[in-house]
Order: sequence, then C-alpha cells, then structure tokens
Amino acid sequence: MRYLPLTPSDREAMLATIGAASIDDLFADVPAEARLDGPIAGLPLHASELAVERHMLALARRNTVAGEVPFFLGCGAYRHHVPASVDHLIQRGEFLTAYTPYQPEIAQGTLQMLFEFQSQVARLFGMDVANASMYDGSTACWEAITMARRITRRGKAVLSGGLHPHYVSVARTMAKYTGDVLDTRLPSLAAEPDTDALIAAIDGETSCVVVQYPDILGRIGDLSALAEACRANKTLLIAVVTEPVALGAIRSPGEMGADIVVGEGQALGVGLQFGGPYVGLFACKQQYVRQMPGRLCGETVDAEGKRGFVLTLSTREQHIRREKATSNICTNSGLCALAFSIHMTLLGEKGLRGLAAINHQAACAAADRLATVPGVELVTPAFFNEFTLRLPQEARPVVRTLAERGVLAGVSLGRLYPGEAALERGLVVAVTETTTTGDVEALATALQEVLA
Amino acid sequence: MNAINQSGWKPEMQPAGEGAAPATHTGNRALMLGEPLIFEIGDSATTGVDLAEVPAGENRLAGLARTAPIGLPGLSEPETVRHYTRLSRQNYAIDLGLFPLGSCTMKHNPRLNEKVARLPGFADVHPLQPVDTVQGALAVINELAFWLIDLTGMHGVAMSPKAGAHGELCGILCIKAALEARGEHDRRVILVPESAHGTNPATAAFAGFKVEDIPATPEGRVDLGALKARLGPDVAGVMITNPNTCGLFERDMKAISDAVHAAGGYVYCDGANFNAIVGRVRPGDLGIDAMHINLHKTFSTPHGGGGPGSGPVVLSKALSPYGPLPFTERHADGHITLVEEETVGDRHPDSFGRMTAFHGQMGMFTRALAYILSHGADGLRQVAEDAVLNANYVLRSLADTLDAPFADSGPCMHEALFSDAGLAEGFSTLDIAKGLIDEGYHPMTVYFPLVVHGAMLVEPTETESKAALDQFIGAVKAVAARAKAGDASLKSAPHFAPRRRLDETLAARKPVLAWQEPAA
Repeated sequence: MRYLPLTPSDREAMLATIGAASIDDLFADVPAEARLDGPIAGLPLHASELAVERHMLALARRNTVAGEVPFFLGCGAYRHHVPASVDHLIQRGEFLTAYTPYQPEIAQGTLQMLFEFQSQVARLFGMDVANASMYDGSTACWEAITMARRITRRGKAVLSGGLHPHYVSVARTMAKYTGDVLDTRLPSLAAEPDTDALIAAIDGETSCVVVQYPDILGRIGDLSALAEACRANKTLLIAVVTEPVALGAIRSPGEMGADIVVGEGQALGVGLQFGGPYVGLFACKQQYVRQMPGRLCGETVDAEGKRGFVLTLSTREQHIRREKATSNICTNSGLCALAFSIHMTLLGEKGLRGLAAINHQAACAAADRLATVPGVELVTPAFFNEFTLRLPQEARPVVRTLAERGVLAGVSLGRLYPGEAALERGLVVAVTETTTTGDVEALATALQEVLA
Repeated sequence: MNAINQSGWKPEMQPAGEGAAPATHTGNRALMLGEPLIFEIGDSATTGVDLAEVPAGENRLAGLARTAPIGLPGLSEPETVRHYTRLSRQNYAIDLGLFPLGSCTMKHNPRLNEKVARLPGFADVHPLQPVDTVQGALAVINELAFWLIDLTGMHGVAMSPKAGAHGELCGILCIKAALEARGEHDRRVILVPESAHGTNPATAAFAGFKVEDIPATPEGRVDLGALKARLGPDVAGVMITNPNTCGLFERDMKAISDAVHAAGGYVYCDGANFNAIVGRVRPGDLGIDAMHINLHKTFSTPHGGGGPGSGPVVLSKALSPYGPLPFTERHADGHITLVEEETVGDRHPDSFGRMTAFHGQMGMFTRALAYILSHGADGLRQVAEDAVLNANYVLRSLADTLDAPFADSGPCMHEALFSDAGLAEGFSTLDIAKGLIDEGYHPMTVYFPLVVHGAMLVEPTETESKAALDQFIGAVKAVAARAKAGDASLKSAPHFAPRRRLDETLAARKPVLAWQEPAA
C-alpha cells in the first residue's frame, strides 16, 4: 500500500519492542463485540493510482464544466480567471501540508500571509481589522449576527430581503437554538434595494441590520442612510459582500458607515468547486475586535527584536475559553485565504480596479443585449456584474431547457425561492471577464428561441 | 528500503565564538531568506496581471463609483511567486518531516487527491447548476456518504458541515431537535469530560446547553459509575471523544451509551481520533448517535495551514431524521437529486435546516473519496493498525525518558501522552517543544489535554517509517536529557528557526492586526 511505509519486518520488530505478541494485543481495550475480524464489508480492496484516477475522471465527466459552455451563474459564487501562479503557490507543500500556526517560530510563512490577508480584507471592506478567515460567507454572516448581539445585548436582527437566501436559511437554523429573533423579508422584483423598509423595521430591540451589497438580485444601493438610522438607534450595520471584485468599482461598506463587514471570498483565487471549500471574510471596526469570532494574527517581536507574527487574542477562542468562547470555530479556511491573498497581490489596486471595470462593462453590454430579447425585461437599472431579468414565463424550466441546449443561463429565482410566485419569473445573470461576447450572443439567441 | 540517514550524516554547525558566522549585508543567511510584507514592497500602480484597458465612461453604479484609494499593493508575477515562495520556506510541514501533533492526525497528503480535485469536472462547476448538469458531483457526495456510513456502521450522514467544530454543532443540533420533537425541553445539560477538545463545550454552549464535567478514573477513562449517577431527566446527552485525548480507548463505551440511552439522552462522539480505529471498529456498534469525521484528519485532505477542513456527521437511526439540508438522494435508475428547501416539506420534514450555503466542502469530498478508494477496506484497516503500532512504539520507547502517566492503563491508541514530571526545576513542556524545533521537528501537541500537567501528546500517524520514528525518538531523548540536566541553552530555544521565541504577551496587549503606513 503506497501510503504506508512500514514493512512486515518493521512491524515485527516494533511489536517486540512494545512487548506485544500481535497487533490485536494493541486493540485489547476494544470490547470483543465491537471488533471487526477482517476488512470491512462492502468497500473494495485497495486500488492503484491509475484505477482511482480513472474512477474519479469518469465521475468528473458527468458534470457540465462551466468553462466549456456559455456560463452565467452567480448568486454567491462567481467564475473569474485565476492566474496560474495562484494554484502553483498554494500547492507548495510548506503551505498545503502545514497545520494551524500554533508554533509561530516555524510557521512564519502562514502567519505573515495571514497578516497580509487580514490587512487586504480590512482595506477592501473599509474596516480597521479583519480576522484570519471563516468557513464561508454564510457562516460568517451568522457569526456577525451573534457578535452584534453580544455587543448590543439586544436579540433581534433585521435581515434585508436582498440577503442571499442560503445565508438567511443558515441564520434561521441557528437562531432557532440560540433564541435570536430574526425579522426577515423576501426580495421583490423591484429596481431598488429595500433600504426604506429596513430603516422602518429598526426598533429598540434591534441588534443589527444585515444588508447584502451588491444584493442577491445584483442591485447596489447607498448604505449611508441606513447606517445613519442604525447609528441613531445604537444598532449595528452588518454589510455582506458575496462578490468582492465589486469593491474594485464601488465604494466600500465601511466608507458608508457599516460596523461589521463580512463576505464570501471565493471570487478571488478559489474557484467554483461546486460550492466549497470557500473562504469567509470577516472585518469590523477596531472597537469591536475583542468580540470577534475566529483566529486573529498579530504582529510582535522575537527574543532578538525581529518582527514576527503570532496568533493572538486567543482568550476569545474555544481552546482557552471553552464554553465561554465567542464562537466554537477552530479550523477555518487558511489555504483558501492564501489563494485569495495571492490573487489580490497579483491584481493589486490597479488590477482590481481594472478587473472590476471589465466586469461592469461586460455586464452592461450583456444586460442591454438580453433586454432586446422579446418579452425579457431588465429589472435592475444599477448593478455591478450581476443583474436580474424578468422573463415572460417561469424562469426555472427555461434554465433547465437552456442547460439541455448547452447554455448555463443563470440562477432562476425559483431555485432559490421555491414556491414564491412573485419571484418565479426572475433570472439572475452574472457576467465576468471570463464571459465572451459570443457567450452572450449564444444566450440571447437560445433564450429567444426557447421563449418563442 | 525505508532507512533514512543510516550513514549517520549530520549537518555541520559552526561553533559559537571564534569563527562564528559573520553578519551579512542583507541580513539573510544563504537559504534563510527574510521577506518584507507586500505592503512594503508593492504599490498601488503595480499589477501582475494583464487586463484589457476599459475606456472610462458611463457606468450604472448608482452614483457609488469608488473614488478614494483602497490601499492594496500589487506585485508583478515574478515578485509574487518569489514573495510567497520565500514565505513558504518559513513554514514547517508534513512534506518536510514528522509532524507529531496529537489529536491533529498530520498524515501524508497524497498528491493524487490534489490532482483529482482539480479535474475541471469538479473544480469548475457551479453549486447552483441544474442538477442534471452535476450528476457526477452529486455522485461523489453520494458515494463518499455511502462509504462513511459503511465504515462507521451508522444509519445516515450529514455531509455539509465545513469542519470538525461545525460537525459537532450539527450533531448537537440533531440532538436538540430530537429532544424538542419528543417534547422534552427540560433536558438542558450536556456532559463533557474534562479531557475534551475545547470545541466540545463551546459547541454545546452555543446551542444553549449547560455544560457539566464528567469525572475521569485515575487510569484516564470516563468514570462510568459517576456518569451513571449524574444521568437524569435534565441530561440531554454526552459528548465523548473515543479514542479519548489521553490516547486511550474508552472500554466502557457501549455501557456508557446504554446508560445514556436508558436515561433518555443521546451520545455524541467526537470523531477527531477516528484514525485509530478506522476499519477495525464501527462506532455504530458502540451505541453512538452522532459522530463527526474530520476528513482533514483520518481521510488525508490537507490541513492547509489551518483549513479548509470538512466535518461530515454520521448519525444513528434515531437522529437521522433531524439532519441538515441539503442532501442527495439516489434513485433506482441511478439519477441523483438534491433535497433542498423546496422539497423538504414532504421528504424530510424534521430536518433542523441548513447549516451553510450550497453543499459543503466538495473539494474535500473528492480528495477523501480518492483516499478511501486508494486504501480500500484492507488498506484502511492497515492505516489504523500502523497508526496504533507507531504510537505504541513511541510510547514504549520513551517511557523511560518522559513520564507517561497512563502507560499502565493499557496500550495507547494512535497517540501517546506524556507529562512534564521529572524535568529539572524551571524547565517545562514548552522548552521540550522549542528544543524539538531546533532538532528539525514540529513539536507534539503541548498543554493538552488539560488533565495532565504539562501534557505532551504525540501522534506519529501511520505514514511514518520506523527509521523516521527512531530518529524522532532519539531527538526527544536528547532534548529531554538537556531538560533534566538543566541545560540553560534549552530555555532560549529555538536557536535555528526563522524566529526565536516570539513575544505573545506583547501581541495581545497591544494588538497590531493590520498593516499601517509608518508615520512620516
């Protein structure tokens, strides 16, 4: 077996050192009725690299690859071009096969990278500090809600209808058990985000307002008035960013007064991967840092005065605080944070802004072209790289039919909001630098034929 | 042939004092290369990507176009590759050597796993594509789920939890949902042994339970009598790690489960240490109701410097109905569908809901499936046997060197526990750890579990050769001898790492968590 270096004679010599007659002696504490006498039933015996690769390739071939067809899906996961050096660097064994940096003297590579990642995320979001990552955007969003509860000592969160429905769903699951009250609403196929309704919903019990920017339909709206209303009520404004590339084109939530900004970092460096692993981004104002969940990397010096980095403020965390911790999170998403950070370093400010401009321009052109398809209407006048169309019929079967024709047209709101008749004609279309004009033409043509 | 370094070669070291290494102009020492922060070497005008210029013009950004600088430095591609390559060389990693971090299962990460995870059919697929276009991805989830159930002898599995602690939360929420379905709202207490991972009490508390300690016996196992005495109508369940964090198998596990069930509670098992028993013991046969499986431990997906992990949770028949969304369903014709919010009403009415966006850690599923198929039923059994053999070999080889508090409690499982008893006055576990760094090792887990003073928890894993273990054992003996002899130079170790001991107090007292431009 290629992953096991011990030889039969090693095993014999080692048993002799231990003073055991056989390997079974070492399992003597397992009660006889729980011992398996031979290889577990059902599972085949070991297989060669070639055989396993063949099996996995056969499974992979049964999927439609996004890069091989006209592709327009977004809604929390975006297809961007990832420079080749990103994947090369994250596969260096010193990054890939390292553990959480608990021994900082021999983990400065990971720690410095995390410090740089935290700094990049904080700047992108317009916040003071960011943590070393969370599992993904949806869990980061829930952790932000619980953080707001701890800070404000209030138990009601107001959630925008523009918040990704999976994020709402996660919060709803957790709130059932923590006693948090969630004031939720559905989106509507309207041009503007639901800012006014959110302001009206704030009351003396409201710990936070959670708003996605750009929102699930792709809309962007100024958060300043909402931030002002929150501040006046000592309520925290949590902004959720699921497409970080957008912040190369539009103002950061921090600039508009958000207190906590969380997001999904998948769009940079990570790839689609059928939904995971992704990387949760979590940033806030300095004054709230001790209520943050997750790991934090900080700067310090070593015994010779050299700058170095360590995990810090760990008295918030489960391995020290146990049942009093700010969160139970332990393993986070280090390697995806590295991919995000490398991609961001390759882009730099200039590249991020350039990339965002390309995305926006391509999306504007695609929106205009698709709106010429008879019966199709653009719902969202302002957007970054994702917009919503209203089709003349239910969108979900249209998306399925288009998939059969080799076009992945976008995400139907029927998939995200099953049973909501008012949303069933909505189709959310994402356009990035990977989308060609030929792709847009293919979608427009196919859509016209299917709708005819 | 697995003998390493039989010739006895050692790197030559300059003696201190006369003839000591001179200072260098750069501050570097040959291959020891320092590296500044990207903020110190990059700037906002540099980029490492080629992008088409977009003429500035009209936009549809609702008047929110970004005007202020963001402050993100860029580097060219060669500078980027060099920056991260230099950083990488300041990390210890499994690829470099033995990584005996107890309870973390730092085993070799096969590169076949990396290769298959990067097949475009897995890596370049969107989670919301129509299910007919992702049948292969759903088949991976379904197949892995099937083998996890097979290997654990359980009834069902929740695949979406993102890591071990997320899996714990999943299991605990299943227990809570099951109790609520029974109308038993007064069961507010979860019993957790003192030796548990910190995530256990944190998880139980997060779900609104009160956490109480389970006492241990002097030999390092759960005290069954004391546990039985504490059970009652207020107890929701127990969270037990088996094998436990003292490296011992809980002999009474079945009796514990029976007692908890008889008292109306549920049994959560922390599966962090499943590597010791995979293929030899099925947790389902021990009466367990829920157990998370760290795919990044037992099933070899890389730790990546702190994630991403993956924590599927196997469930008993009693808890399966409450598991989270989404999950896959395979039909007689081989077609696989996803059960999401829309279909939940009729198909899975008792589910406690969704824990994460999308479907879980797909990239980890492909790796873990490739690993399970590579080892097969015979290989996985051998994994557990070799992991346990290696740990016992370390335990017995070091039992005369370090205090092994539970050496008489029977064979250890996949990890060997030592304490700091017997070190010279003023010397501690930390000094042993830092001394091992100079010897070229990542230290063992230190100061955990809390039940042993100055704990050192060594988990060699099955992917170490006997020669590698012998060299490690030799290194521990040498460092322990220095600690017993009161060698002052050990107190200032490490001497040869990229950094000397770091001031963690300063980091916490004056937190600097993001880069700031130096004052002009």
